[in-house]
Amino acid sequence: MSSTFLGMPAVPPRSPYGTGNLRGEHTFPAAAHDELRNEQLRGNLRKATRTIRGKRLDVTGELPDWERLRDAGAAIKTDTMNRLPELLEQLERKVVEHGGTVHWARDGAEANEIVTRLVEETGSDEVIKVKSMATQEIGLNEHLAGRGVTAYETDLAELIVQLADDKPSHILVPAIHRNRHEVRDIFRAAIPGVDPGLDSVPAHLAAAARAYLREKFMTVPVAVSGANFGIAETGTLSVVESEGNGRMCLTMPDTLITVMGIEKVLPRYQDLEVFLQLLPRSSTGERMNPYTSLWTGVTPGDGPQTFHLVLLDNGRTAALADRIGREALNCIRCSACLNVCPVYERAGGHAYGSTYPGPIGAVLTPQLAGMHAAKNDPNSSLPFASSLCGACFDACPVKIDIPSLLVELRHQHTEQADTTVEKLAMKAAASVMKRPRLFTAAQRAAGPGGRLVAGRDRKISRLPAPFDGWTDSRDVPAPPRRTFRDWLASEEGEATLRAAAEEGARTADHPHQEENR
Amino acid sequence: MTTTARETVLGRVRDALTLARPAEVTVPRAYRTGRTLPDDERLALFVDRLADYKAQVRTCTTDRAPAVIADALHEHGVRRAGAPADLDAAWLAGYDGEVQWDSPAVPARRLGELDGVVTASAAGCAETGTIFLDGGPGQGRRALSLVPDLHVCVVDLSSVVPGVPEAVARLVPERPTTLISGPSATSDIELERVEGVHGPRTLVVVIRTDS
Amino acid sequence: MRIGLFATCLGDTLFPDAVKATAVLLTRLGHHVVFPPEQTCCGQMHVNTGYQREPVPLVRGFAEQFGDPSIEAVVMPSGSCAGSVRHQHRIVAERYGDAALADAVTAVEAKTYELSELLVDVLGVTDVGAWFPYRVTYHPTCHSLRMLRVGDKPLRLLHAVDGIDLVELPEADACCGFGGTFAVKNADTSTAMLQDKVRDVLSTGADVCTAGDSSCLMHIGGGLSRIKAGTRTLHLAQILASTRTSPCTLPETEAAAR
Repeated sequence: MSSTFLGMPAVPPRSPYGTGNLRGEHTFPAAAHDELRNEQLRGNLRKATRTIRGKRLDVTGELPDWERLRDAGAAIKTDTMNRLPELLEQLERKVVEHGGTVHWARDGAEANEIVTRLVEETGSDEVIKVKSMATQEIGLNEHLAGRGVTAYETDLAELIVQLADDKPSHILVPAIHRNRHEVRDIFRAAIPGVDPGLDSVPAHLAAAARAYLREKFMTVPVAVSGANFGIAETGTLSVVESEGNGRMCLTMPDTLITVMGIEKVLPRYQDLEVFLQLLPRSSTGERMNPYTSLWTGVTPGDGPQTFHLVLLDNGRTAALADRIGREALNCIRCSACLNVCPVYERAGGHAYGSTYPGPIGAVLTPQLAGMHAAKNDPNSSLPFASSLCGACFDACPVKIDIPSLLVELRHQHTEQADTTVEKLAMKAAASVMKRPRLFTAAQRAAGPGGRLVAGRDRKISRLPAPFDGWTDSRDVPAPPRRTFRDWLASEEGEATLRAAAEEGARTADHPHQEENR
Repeated sequence: MTTTARETVLGRVRDALTLARPAEVTVPRAYRTGRTLPDDERLALFVDRLADYKAQVRTCTTDRAPAVIADALHEHGVRRAGAPADLDAAWLAGYDGEVQWDSPAVPARRLGELDGVVTASAAGCAETGTIFLDGGPGQGRRALSLVPDLHVCVVDLSSVVPGVPEAVARLVPERPTTLISGPSATSDIELERVEGVHGPRTLVVVIRTDS
Repeated sequence: MRIGLFATCLGDTLFPDAVKATAVLLTRLGHHVVFPPEQTCCGQMHVNTGYQREPVPLVRGFAEQFGDPSIEAVVMPSGSCAGSVRHQHRIVAERYGDAALADAVTAVEAKTYELSELLVDVLGVTDVGAWFPYRVTYHPTCHSLRMLRVGDKPLRLLHAVDGIDLVELPEADACCGFGGTFAVKNADTSTAMLQDKVRDVLSTGADVCTAGDSSCLMHIGGGLSRIKAGTRTLHLAQILASTRTSPCTLPETEAAAR
């Protein structure tokens, strides 16, 4: 085995600034401010996330060994990251042994260049695409378009997004922000030759997509896919899907180009027995998704006879270099964390500005692309886009402790950020709180002022910035006359506790009082 | 000499793991594996799960299979049925329509001219209602069971195992393998499940209970 | 049992009634409540906002105040502060403290409990002899539910309260949108979450919405107060401390006053 580094290990680079789709234009609070005013969006998201949450709970509750599967999934992914160099080399060797070609891409631009060159070599100016987060992340479609190659998204939701010139807002259901009537209008406007009387029944909309894409499947000679898993032991790749568009793309063309993040590798074929249970139940809430394709290199007489695998870094090694943050690389893109997240449910996926929205996006995006690449980098707001409620951790099939990762990234942000008003305030607060006498004095000083501001109804309805966001929708109670410690030291406090002790003693033979120590 | 992308990426991975040395992990495989179920329970579970995902299920004995297959094709108005070249011809003995035996000479896109296809299968998983095709005997190339709008798939009960781990253990990694659970479906509009998109819109599963 | 009471900075300063109720309840149950006078704050706000160096003295202070081996258990009427002690103090101590602090933190976190855990798990009591003749709905709070895993302990305690009309809160496990500085940094999203929580609380027709954390109650209560709702918030401890002899009187609301 060759080792290429000389001397000290270097910190791997993030995804280069200004490339791909890993950074929005606005900070999360600014983007969410606009999205939250979209009543249609909020209604669509509420309905969709509630539906999927119920389904997920039903099918995960069905398995008595669900928690054991999660434990295994988490450990397999962690073990994978620990042994990534050897596993990647093994995967490469096996793919080549079975007639495939493996390419390596340091970043998105390099991957785009490789894929475009491979498409151009086939002579085709069209490609069909299976939904792929990796190619969305690197902006492959835009790059292909710039070189005169048309990419057709074949997943229904991706098609909706593409036809509307929109952006995906969910990992699994990129058009979750659209309802059936909006989809009908998009199809009527953008599908050539579509029935102008097309209605908004989902089955009819799906049929319209089928009719439109069928011809592409039968004629376009090149497909581009992502991969859910790549098995190092055998060189087998896998795409998990529902509609059959994946099978079409993986089977019908002459050439298949698969772009896979380096963290998607799994050590053993047997590991599929874990992930084929965890993934469908967590993502679509089904016992099994309708179709899963597994292929190893090329098979004579069956499917594409030319196969390319592009292994993508694009900031993944930067995440791997973080002892805590690397856990985000264990993600299998099921999107369960999005569906249970109260912040995602309200703000929607676009507010995150990245291909990866929701809780996992809030920890993955800053690690892939960095948080301090520019002044007021929108990515630095992502770790704060959470109330730390923990629902994501509970839902994650590979037990990524997203709340802890968010707290860690918040820390990394404050460590790297310049001195801010907040930082000074936090230092000041800590220096008061670490001195009990100062703390007590501050408590006593705040009381009368607060009560004065509150007035007769004992509540404060307007605070100055930066706390005005709070009082836009909530009152603050006036500080009480006495703090707890002052009450405790008072005659009233002593008398109250004495009375409580006496009351307890009177009912000492009470059957409910079982002292166990 | 310039460094290749391969060397760079692998070097970064090694650097990352050197900078933050990982703790060793052992994988706990305490989930259910190696399960067995009696024939009747396996069958009941498999049928229940297939039906739940809108597959049409017919159970029969081996000697009745040709008639059941013919019925299914007839019922769905199939006038031209495709079949893998190595499919047991006896399976189609009861069918009076045209049979197109598949061959590599037939371009995949021409498979759209078929009204339906009949194949065998490699294995089944009862708990999830999943059928596994791996290009083995009677299963044909992947396009054959994909392009026609009706797929009649024959599954032997003896090849149906209780759960996913037992099914994965039966697979041959090098073979192009397709897992099928019901007809094609989408939940992309308001997360409401709709059956029938690009893959076959109808899946008929013929389970041979004595085979 | 000799129990150390950590008032929490928010409880001590803004919501002393919840802390008083905790002290009264435990005293009534026959325990000796001690209040180390130098206590201040657990540092949760700092850590959750991204500051881990600044709270080192707070973590040290907590361990010093409650490390006394004669204190058999430490209780606080706040799920999130208990969560901070049990999950975050070690991180701060290991990263920016020293080995001695890490050891001290380990010792104290092992005996730290949120109120319902202390009552049910340590003291083995679910019927605390309380009387509270009102309609009550319970909001579980995220840190109690998902960080401490208190499960149904608070509900078991409430069910045993004499006279109570306990009604289930729809979507109870959903976050109220507080999240500390989240409510300020992402005020719009937080407000959207609060509106849904307030709607669910009001749908129960409860007189009181209760929880085991004054910070979430401050948030929900602030929302209820703003729309002049008839439902008020009370800490779980205040309901459990209420007896026929010393009943808890409901705070006036503007709706009730009308």
